[in-house]
Amino acid sequence: MTATLEPEVGKARLRKEDARLITGRTRWTDNVSLPGMLHLAVLRSPLAHARITKIDTSKAKELAGVEAVYTATDLDPDGSIALPCAWPIVPDMKHPRRPVLAADTVHFAGEGVAVVVARDPYVAHDALEAIEVDYEELPVVLDMEAALAEGAPLVHEDLGTNRNALWVFDSGEAGTGGDVNEAIAEAEQSEDGIVLKRRFRQQRLIPSFMEPRSVVVDPTAPQLTVWSATQVPHILKTMAALTLGFPEHKLRVIAPDVGGGFGGKIQLAPEEFMAILVARKLDRPVKWTESRSECMLTAHHGRDQIQDITLSARKDGTVTGLKVDLLADMGAYLGPVTPGVPILGAFMFNAIYKFPAYRFACTNVFTNKTLTDAYRGAGRPEATFAIERIMDELAAELGMDPLELREKNWIKHEEFPFTTVAGLTYDSGNYEAATTKAKELFDYEGLRAEQARRRESGDPVQLGIGISTYTEMCGIAPSRVLAALDYGAGGWEHATIRMLPTGKVEVVTGTSPHGQGHETAWSQIVADQLGVAFEDVEVLHGDTQSSHKGLDTYGSRSLAIGGIALVKAAEKVVAKARKVAAHMMECSEDDLEFANGTFTVRGTEKSTSIQDVALAVFAAHDLPEGVEPSLDSDATFDPENFSFPHGTHLCAAEVDTETGRVTLRSYVCVDDVGKVVNPLIVEGQVHGGLAQGIAQALFEEAVHDESGTLTTGTLADYLVPSAADLPTFTTDRTETPATSNQLGVKGVGEAGTIASTPAVVNAIVDALRPMGVNDIEMPCSPMRVWSAIRGRSAPSEVGGVEAGGGLGSIDASSGGAQ
Amino acid sequence: MRITVTVDGTRYTDDVEPRMLLVHYLRERLGKVGTVIGCDTSNCGACTVHLDGHSVKSCSVLAVQADGCEVTTVEGLAREGRLHPVQQAFHDNHALQCGFCTPGMIMQAIDLLADNPDPDEEAVRAGLEGNLCRCTGYQNIVRAVRDAANRMRPGAGPEAEQVTEGAPARSGVVGGGA
Repeated sequence: MTATLEPEVGKARLRKEDARLITGRTRWTDNVSLPGMLHLAVLRSPLAHARITKIDTSKAKELAGVEAVYTATDLDPDGSIALPCAWPIVPDMKHPRRPVLAADTVHFAGEGVAVVVARDPYVAHDALEAIEVDYEELPVVLDMEAALAEGAPLVHEDLGTNRNALWVFDSGEAGTGGDVNEAIAEAEQSEDGIVLKRRFRQQRLIPSFMEPRSVVVDPTAPQLTVWSATQVPHILKTMAALTLGFPEHKLRVIAPDVGGGFGGKIQLAPEEFMAILVARKLDRPVKWTESRSECMLTAHHGRDQIQDITLSARKDGTVTGLKVDLLADMGAYLGPVTPGVPILGAFMFNAIYKFPAYRFACTNVFTNKTLTDAYRGAGRPEATFAIERIMDELAAELGMDPLELREKNWIKHEEFPFTTVAGLTYDSGNYEAATTKAKELFDYEGLRAEQARRRESGDPVQLGIGISTYTEMCGIAPSRVLAALDYGAGGWEHATIRMLPTGKVEVVTGTSPHGQGHETAWSQIVADQLGVAFEDVEVLHGDTQSSHKGLDTYGSRSLAIGGIALVKAAEKVVAKARKVAAHMMECSEDDLEFANGTFTVRGTEKSTSIQDVALAVFAAHDLPEGVEPSLDSDATFDPENFSFPHGTHLCAAEVDTETGRVTLRSYVCVDDVGKVVNPLIVEGQVHGGLAQGIAQALFEEAVHDESGTLTTGTLADYLVPSAADLPTFTTDRTETPATSNQLGVKGVGEAGTIASTPAVVNAIVDALRPMGVNDIEMPCSPMRVWSAIRGRSAPSEVGGVEAGGGLGSIDASSGGAQ
Repeated sequence: MRITVTVDGTRYTDDVEPRMLLVHYLRERLGKVGTVIGCDTSNCGACTVHLDGHSVKSCSVLAVQADGCEVTTVEGLAREGRLHPVQQAFHDNHALQCGFCTPGMIMQAIDLLADNPDPDEEAVRAGLEGNLCRCTGYQNIVRAVRDAANRMRPGAGPEAEQVTEGAPARSGVVGGGA
């Protein structure tokens, strides 16, 4: 008897994944070694924009151990291969061809120009030195505003512009709200009105997953087999087939153990396609594993927006309009969802507040930098930052408590479901409950009192309190919504459940975990649905041969979509088993009850377990008429709506006004992610999310110098926080189930990152507001904070641009198109 | 150059290029792929192993420097099917997500506990400063290390490696495999 008496869902199960990860019995892509395997090394452009006038590979080819050296001409003679972008956000979007290797022009420093194939990785790297390339430098375009100016040099001459696209949402036009310009004009003219304008900068970040990317291709297998450190094996398979004209049924993609992604591994990278092309050309297995420096230079970056926000309100604090004008840096090329990332934020600027009028306009801009694409939160952290920052600014202008201001404007718990000014319907939420709990845990009143004391005494270390009451849209995404947004695919997810003859269960999921713990959480869900033991469930994923169908893992979609697919598949298994059980016990199906893995004939002692049914079905000796001998079932679930986690984050920051140093004294978050499958995993996701969001606020920035060279290209210069840089977090939850799915789940992968950045910056600004500070650009390095206190604006006036100092990425006065 | 190195209890003799990094020797020559490479500037610590009982970043050691030495990797910690207390604590405290930093983090944590068998939170955070994790926010790693310290009391020095009662670890080899 393996029935589970108490539900698995909700239990803090220790993870199944850990056993191999803590003992080193892991299957990273770079561990794969095949007979006769060759190693790739890519020669990369040191210049951000240049014409290639000569490439001479002859000396490299002569080196012992070098099998081949290829350039674009060899791998793609007619220049027809264009790496995919799945999201043409508007019909007239400008879309440069993204090649596997640059043929005649390089568009960012780090772009590949040649690839060496050698018997040994050391030899491959030696041979890079022997390749001679002559470049003719072209003017670089780095600053977004300069890039849009009349007569600016062009990143891509053939496009005729650096403007990728303009995407607009207007609540007046959409019929979801009023005309924001009217709202702003009214507030400007009225005695009772106030209009605030702020410019915020979302600095460029580097996802910095710990496992560098790696690809192995075996062309000798019956299906050409690709191992890749990817979040998206299924998408890679289909896109490789489409892009290279390769028959999809002759391709197999495996994402083995994958060491983190955070959006950074939805790549569809040139090197993945390059490895396939080279392996086929030589008919030998090949491997490409990048160094960290290559990773930081060439794997896509995230964020990088300039946000102009205009907010109108009445003097009692009621908000009346929100206008958002964005510039978003695409970098030099478009990746899978590059142009759509800022658009994912379009629906989130209004956040939890009841804005009656809203307009969002985003101009996407090409620059000679590494491309940007999804990074943890993708569009939503940017939106949340802007709205939460300006809500604090409004509170300060009106002399209101920032929490009271938020409460005045947020959607009350009894108002759900609530259709927002951006047209989304939030199914559920309870902002009051989360906020009340967070205030208690934080000792909000006590810290405010201490803040007042420190202000009064002129303490050199001032205390600031930062608030972020966020929501986000998770579960990317209902296919019909994606269609409306011109996305190139759907948003469903697939699951298969196989009942094995011995009563054990194999679960096949189309999600592709890389740290999220799906093997554990999916086992819990299936154990409950089928009434089998947690240990009796094996979760298969990440190999298109076993998991043939799926849309992979990103956008906090796996549980809210993939988890529901599991439930639907399990329901089909039980429905099939019910027929057989009724036949076995000679009763009507209607007389059967199913609980804890057992079918019981109502009102009798007669019962049979689902395992017994599985064995009977395997034997197939005596099945009811017309019933096939299989309980195996699959389901493909397409959600009706997004899910909307929310929460209240409170941060207390101590700011040393003499040095500019910021110390986080306490951080409290109360998140509502709906029903929780595994509280241990949820807490871990929140911790990691907080770390990344706090890192944006305080430490991290991808900095380019005036020639477009990435000066934060190592982990010595790009400040991924260590254990010593972060505080202990106080995390708690409220639980308002989602009404949009059967499990009541919402998703948790991105919440911590989305919420924490503005909480930290708000705390720092709050500490310094009496000194006349009302903004500090991120990352809030000691230099920037110190400069703000002294009334100077960093970075342009202080210290210039330098790596690792948390100073400005690009400023129009010293860099960019001039 | 010919080197002889004992890795996780097994002696290996190999000819290596003088420039070969220890981590590449472990991974490419010995198949010890449990130890991973996370960066090329010795910042991330993913490749941490023990060299004669002390933690080193194996990307910053040449294989020839390990000649005559004993190396312990994450693969050599569990004995007779029993996890090392630090491995067990990482599991029990959900101190890993993607798990890529975990081998290095565990090896560094063992070294830290050998130096300081009862570290407070601050000492753990400082002791792990050279090992980066992008998933966990470190909170559960800190919890795990302190939990392991509790499990291994009195557990100072090489005895911190002791997983079987009464069987002292070989002198000078922290985490030496059987």
